[in-house]
Amino acid sequence: MPDSTFLDSTELVLNMGPQHPSTHGVLRVILKLDGEKVLGTECVIGYLHRGVEKIAENRTYAQFNPYVDRMDYVAAISNGLGYCLAVEKMLNVEAPPRAQAIRVILTELNRIASHLLWLGTHALDIGAITPVFYCLREREEALKIFEKYCGARLTTHAFRIGGLLYETYDGFEQDIRDFCAMFVPHVDEYEELLTNNRIWIGRLKDVGILNADECKEFGVTGPVLRAAGVKWDLRKAQPYSGYEKYDFEIPTRQNGDTYDRYIVRMQEMRQSVRIMQQAVEAIPEGPIMGKVGKVIKPPVGEAYVSIEAPKGELGYYVVSDGSTQPYRVRVRPPCFVNLQALDRMIRGGLVADVVAVIGTLDIVLGEIDR
Amino acid sequence: MRGLLNKIFLVDLFQGLWVTFRNQHPKYIYTERYPEERPKVAERYRGAPRLNINPDNGETLCISCNLCALACPETLIVVTSERNEVTKRKDLTTFTYDTSRCMFCGLCEDACPVDALELTQDFEMATYTREGQIWDRQMLEEGPKPTQYKC
Repeated sequence: MPDSTFLDSTELVLNMGPQHPSTHGVLRVILKLDGEKVLGTECVIGYLHRGVEKIAENRTYAQFNPYVDRMDYVAAISNGLGYCLAVEKMLNVEAPPRAQAIRVILTELNRIASHLLWLGTHALDIGAITPVFYCLREREEALKIFEKYCGARLTTHAFRIGGLLYETYDGFEQDIRDFCAMFVPHVDEYEELLTNNRIWIGRLKDVGILNADECKEFGVTGPVLRAAGVKWDLRKAQPYSGYEKYDFEIPTRQNGDTYDRYIVRMQEMRQSVRIMQQAVEAIPEGPIMGKVGKVIKPPVGEAYVSIEAPKGELGYYVVSDGSTQPYRVRVRPPCFVNLQALDRMIRGGLVADVVAVIGTLDIVLGEIDR
Repeated sequence: MRGLLNKIFLVDLFQGLWVTFRNQHPKYIYTERYPEERPKVAERYRGAPRLNINPDNGETLCISCNLCALACPETLIVVTSERNEVTKRKDLTTFTYDTSRCMFCGLCEDACPVDALELTQDFEMATYTREGQIWDRQMLEEGPKPTQYKC
């Protein structure tokens, strides 16, 4: 006769995912539960592994450009910018000022689109159904601008190494101005729906706390780090693509809980609008393509460039052996690094908080698995 | 005190309801009624590939330079040609484009020196077979012909 039946046992192992709708993709979380309490978690990743870094070794530098869009497909333009900057650094060229300004506008627009998708799905996970419709409505406007600019909505392939391929279309500036004017009242609308809502506060306040020291230990970046009170934004810390010209603030909060991360992202959307408004009024004239040959053949060497993607620090480490194909491309994805803090954030919490914490990390599995 | 009153009178709830109420008006309907109402894609939309023909004489613009096949990251374009003894130029014989592997990055149309290969605004490319996704030269020149549904 066994000492205890399963009725007496306190530990329950539960699989969440990979087909769970609120794991935002194909993330599998193995939860160890004691009743409603989470004793520990383990993430199983790799369901969406496509071997992007290996693909890079068999493509030329220009040919690999569309593949980076498919990593963080919600913020494809940021990915493209990081890769182009890394190869440009190796080639020792810089995009012309006009190209840089347009890059900044599109990247910030993409940040808004990414945060909107995050807000909609996160609210949906918590149980607020309405915001997702409004968020996707505004995201549609941003995607329309991408489509008009480069012909694709999601996996844009908007930037080329050395600058841009596409000149702005007629009415681009007006579209951006209209978007900025239209968007700020809508952010107020989302805040009206959520910020003071007692269910929203009850579900998010003091859930998934990650303080500043823990963030630094884990290497967590992006809004998760800023919500813990660390004023760290690569756009200010090591400006790229002309970000030093624009006046904006880094929103931070102190508690580092899920609610603070929500507030930080909402503020970031407002700051993105500010950057876009400044950039669109000062797009310089001139060429959009730098001095890059048809065949891109960087000298032997390596380059690492990191940019502030919507999810955090996105780094590209490119090694060249002097041929037309990269010897190695290593990506430092923000989501992959942020995800490892998941266990620390929900240990001791409740099962219902798991969904909130996964949502607040803003992960995209395409980038984690690559 | 104010917080208590807010709690009793459900102020946050009514605030949210007021937002949803404001958005009830029919002018805020964004749904596209797709088969009945054709979406307007942008001018630069990267959709179905097309091999352009010269409208004056009906001959293909393609000069069989093979640059598109070299530019393609997925190497899904296959161009074959034969040498014309009279004009001493290459004549296009077959042009195969595997749209099932295409990611519409647009590198092939950038590479084309004579604007023969182009990604057009057509987007209805669904087929019933895998083989139907591999487009030959005739299909590329004529473009997809989706069934038009009316109601």
